[in-house]
Amino acid sequence: MNLLTEVKEGTRISWGAIRANKMRSVLTTLGIVIGIVTVTLMGTAIAGLNRAFLKNISFIGADVLYIDRFDWFVNSHEAWMRMQKRRPVTETHANALREQLTMARAVAPVSETSTSVRYRRRGGDSVRVIGTTEQYGFTSSVGLSLGRFMSASEASGGRPVCVIGSEVATNLFRRDAPLGNRITIGGKSFEVIGVLEKQGSFLGLFSLDNQVIVPLAQFAASFWHEPDCSIQVKVKELEQLEEAREELRAAMRKVRRLAPTTPDDFAINQQDQFVKMFHRVGGTIAAVGVFITGLSLFVGGIGIMNIMFVSVAERTREIGIRKAIGARRRTILLQFLIEAASICLLGGLIGLSIAWPLTLLVQKVLPATLSPTIVGIAILVSLVTGVLSGFFPAWRAARMNPVDALRTGE
Amino acid sequence: MLQTMSLIRLTKISRRYQMGSETIHALREVSLQIARGEYVAIMGPSGSGKSTLMNLIGCLDSPSSGEYELNGVQVSQMGDNQLADIRNREIGFVFQTFNLLPRSDALRNVELPLIYAGMPSEERRQIALEALSQVGLADRIHHKPNELSGGQRQRVSIARALVNKPSILLADEPTGNLDTKTGIEILTLFDELAKKGNTLIVVTHEEDVARHARRILRIRDGLIASDDRTEHPTGKEGRLTALTA
Repeated sequence: MNLLTEVKEGTRISWGAIRANKMRSVLTTLGIVIGIVTVTLMGTAIAGLNRAFLKNISFIGADVLYIDRFDWFVNSHEAWMRMQKRRPVTETHANALREQLTMARAVAPVSETSTSVRYRRRGGDSVRVIGTTEQYGFTSSVGLSLGRFMSASEASGGRPVCVIGSEVATNLFRRDAPLGNRITIGGKSFEVIGVLEKQGSFLGLFSLDNQVIVPLAQFAASFWHEPDCSIQVKVKELEQLEEAREELRAAMRKVRRLAPTTPDDFAINQQDQFVKMFHRVGGTIAAVGVFITGLSLFVGGIGIMNIMFVSVAERTREIGIRKAIGARRRTILLQFLIEAASICLLGGLIGLSIAWPLTLLVQKVLPATLSPTIVGIAILVSLVTGVLSGFFPAWRAARMNPVDALRTGE
Repeated sequence: MLQTMSLIRLTKISRRYQMGSETIHALREVSLQIARGEYVAIMGPSGSGKSTLMNLIGCLDSPSSGEYELNGVQVSQMGDNQLADIRNREIGFVFQTFNLLPRSDALRNVELPLIYAGMPSEERRQIALEALSQVGLADRIHHKPNELSGGQRQRVSIARALVNKPSILLADEPTGNLDTKTGIEILTLFDELAKKGNTLIVVTHEEDVARHARRILRIRDGLIASDDRTEHPTGKEGRLTALTA
């Protein structure tokens, strides 16, 4: 008998057996159903988290290098103490870099503080105030929903103009149009020339829309004399990020007049660090999550194995009959393997049909969809579970001695 | 010359079982030849070794020592899968308890050996239908075993045993679970099959059943105690026509 006929015959027998023990099959399947539901949901949630994160950090820009006094991720207290002793990064450095760099498209010094913002009687405390130049329009990926960004002359002249985040705009301006109106930032009056597009929050930590952007010269005059800066450098080609980073490092060392043996007294940060950090943390979370949900699938598999042993024991005589009239070991093995795999596959399909509406619920929180990959993996996993857990019972059946098998139940 | 004509040739066959520390000698160096077309009854009390002999002849079991040549093929050293093929091709079993698959209908039960032989479905259906009508069950093909009487079940199992055109029909107490009348019907069917040239081996402890055979082997304590040939089988032709009508 060839393999195809054996599989066909095995499938036929399996369905007969499953139908003959409906209640038992359903209960056995339940373990797999729960396993597949949890694994699918976990997979969907992890994929959703990844997507949410990548969307979240996109404002950092993959092609932008950030010069800061501190590394974004500091591993030890000693490192942090060392960095604290570094000289500040200032606008002067940014101006020098802008002249020297060849692989940079834009260089923007950025300084930040937090203060109150008012328009007539409406206002908000602790709004992020960003002092920068017109270059920020290039280094930052954020677009404008209204008006325009500051011009080079406004930036260098330190004009009292500002671009406001969407949250600030909705908080301050209920009826009036924001453009052309003057708002008070930390006691100083600024004219609104633009409104930023809505960006959402950064990893749920703080809102990116609750901010105002003013010329750095005005920022220094109004809020912080000789402010600490960070310098954003947008490279011309993303492919040359590494070369650009080296050029930037060399230029920055020159600007800061570091001796060749002195280590860097500044940090060059990039989005990549965030992604790596996320993958490290997210990878661990995903592994733990998959492991825990995998356990439920494992328990389901044990259930299948158990019931298959029962099924084999119940049908010992049938196995004997089949062997007596010419069934080979492989035929019997396949018959029971197919039965186990069918139960699991059935469970997998039921599990998916339950998981699908649940992922629609998850979608309200995360940008998650039940991807074909996850569906494929779920089906594959349930099949593999069936084959693995069915193997030992099927093997026992296949190796049965026909004389003994025929004698049972007599 | 005689040896080459033998369908079954057992040479010094022994079968030992290990029961804890004790070794049980179910068969002790039994030698036996059965020619094609013979109708043999194997008799003996329980524990005599007749079931062991039947299992060995039926290739359900392998001997501990000795040689078994079936239809010119040495089968005593064969592995599980080879024996399965031999059983499928060479042997048709008829059991006391019928041993039909309870969830499958008569046709499906009869088709089973052909499925294992790898026959395409159209062809095997034809052959199975033919076999069922030969035992007078053409109108019962879609009945499940529990919808059939004892005699009908045994006839389904005879149809199943014959469907692969085996060399030997091996019956283990074929009338043991039947009433006298039905038992006689089955034995009459056997007589008819023997007359057509089939090789029949019937294991029984009933003299009435054994008397239908033309050769009676009596087993005692793992040895062949006697081997008699009867010249006058009791089967009457009139009964078969009544049966198949």
